[in-house]
Amino acid sequence: MKKITGISASKGIAIGKLTLCFSIDDKISKRNITDVDSELTRLNTAKEAAIEALNSIYLNALKRVGEKNSMIFQIHIMMIQDEDFFGAIQTRIQEEKVNAEYAVWQTGKQFSEQFAQMEDEYMRGRAADVIDITKRMIRILDKSLSNGLDNLKGCTVVAAADLMPSETVQMNPENVLAFITKEGSKSSHSAILARTMGIPAVVGLAGSFEELTDGVQVIVDGSRGEVLIEPDNEVLEDYRKQQAAFEQYQQELKLIKGTKAVTKNGIEIEINANIGHPSDVKMALENDADGIGLFRSEFLYMESSTFPSEENQFKAYQTVLQKMGGKRVIIRTLDLGADKQVPYLNLPKEDNPAMGYRAIRICLDRRELFVTQLRALLRASMFGRLAIMFPMITSVEQVIEIKSIIEQVKQDLTKEQIDFAPDFELGIMIETPASVLLSDLLAKEVDFFSIGTNDLTQYTLAVDRMNHTIANMFNPRHPAVLRMIEMTVTNGKNAGIWTGICGESAADTELTEFYVKIGVKELSVTPSSVLELKKAVQQINL
Amino acid sequence: MKTFQYKVKDALGLHARPAGLLVKCATSCGSDITIEVNGKTANAKRLFAVMGLGVRQNDEIQINVTGASEDADCAKLQAFCGENF
Repeated sequence: MKKITGISASKGIAIGKLTLCFSIDDKISKRNITDVDSELTRLNTAKEAAIEALNSIYLNALKRVGEKNSMIFQIHIMMIQDEDFFGAIQTRIQEEKVNAEYAVWQTGKQFSEQFAQMEDEYMRGRAADVIDITKRMIRILDKSLSNGLDNLKGCTVVAAADLMPSETVQMNPENVLAFITKEGSKSSHSAILARTMGIPAVVGLAGSFEELTDGVQVIVDGSRGEVLIEPDNEVLEDYRKQQAAFEQYQQELKLIKGTKAVTKNGIEIEINANIGHPSDVKMALENDADGIGLFRSEFLYMESSTFPSEENQFKAYQTVLQKMGGKRVIIRTLDLGADKQVPYLNLPKEDNPAMGYRAIRICLDRRELFVTQLRALLRASMFGRLAIMFPMITSVEQVIEIKSIIEQVKQDLTKEQIDFAPDFELGIMIETPASVLLSDLLAKEVDFFSIGTNDLTQYTLAVDRMNHTIANMFNPRHPAVLRMIEMTVTNGKNAGIWTGICGESAADTELTEFYVKIGVKELSVTPSSVLELKKAVQQINL
Repeated sequence: MKTFQYKVKDALGLHARPAGLLVKCATSCGSDITIEVNGKTANAKRLFAVMGLGVRQNDEIQINVTGASEDADCAKLQAFCGENF
């Protein structure tokens, strides 16, 4: 038995035979041919088959990831049809009298190198697309090079150097017990997909990936990021037990669905979901969230190549509010800057972006952006239970200014005879020590507080979230951070407003009892953590 | 020959998606169409050629349209550029 370790990308345990999707790079042989015409016919047949396959991948992707993310497969089709590209392959077959596989591979490498040498980073990334289409055609030409992903038999663990976008989309979740990859990180395409499908995954195995051979039995421990190759019976037995326990736990969580998060002594906590895109609402509802505790509006700005219009924003907010059907949806206004940048904002490079020009500081400085977003939000307020919150608040004056801008927007809309709801909650993020220290005064101005523990930890402990060297000092359970939270909740309670937590440590079940004890009313977490957290609340007896 | 100039506003320049759309639009025209930018010229009906120009935001591109239907094709392309990048 051998154990190799990578990065945990999706929780769970899988036991099964390995399907190794090998790299074809050094398996393409050069053959001299005499019958040029029949080789050109082979090539044409492969081209048509590739286009047909890409068309069905495109349609499939359209349903799963939307038009914008599926367009790449249309581009792949156009690349195959491109006369310069396809013509170059034909010429190679005719002039060099070589087999189609070799001609496709040589031409693909040549075109991808052209992209790889371009100045623009985005264009350099397109080299991978050329390789993707090249391999697709080669695998059609030579069935022995098929990577097996198209027709997986039975249930297997899939291992690949890296999964290309077209490969991840076409995989059938019913046949895939787990993913393991050589490359990749927690946020890579295949990792996200694995979590969405709820199957275990270990990525970034690097050099130890070479230990894997096709058909071997493996145990994939997605939670620990480990792969055990040819485990002995004792280990196998142990993991079968762990697997059963994990599955039982997942089943138990399912039973939580439809129940409320109420402690044994009767305190009810609202468990909401954090989302970053209107399409995430599905996950929130599936996991039985009581509402949306944080809808990050940044996606509108990051997916767009220019400032999103009022109409586009309105539609996105309206969709989420309608889908949540009367449950509270807290939308956070633009929180760009620091680690989240968009090119068209033209933000200058800063030495210390976490303390720089970001979030509400941008909004209050560039009013036109803020007003557009507020107008879209107010218009959407007609379609559900909207709450708006503002990030990075450091003073009472900021809140007063925000409220006066909202009043102005209300007056404008009234003049234009555009409807908006008469009342919706206004809240602020508590994520700076300044806002905690002023929380007694701030509480008089707003309807609720939502504590952003990630930034609050960073600013309270003076530990840069992005600095890996001091990553072990980034401790959301630090007593100073917990005191900050308690002070905020107490000041909120005294002023008669409620406080929630939407940062990552809201999902930390070690802290749930503490939160409930000090009077936190709402916890908002990633959709997949909602049920676990409800269960944790139900076990509390104060 | 009809010609027009256009300043690319898309933050990523003529990346895969707009380049693909442009090629689709150009292919639907009967005229011969070329794009000129920074001293390089490419056939607008060829995706690799268009992407290979590496057009960036704020680049001034010149589109040349030659053929029997050049007036209509030129107007069509001009409208297309304004809508897509």
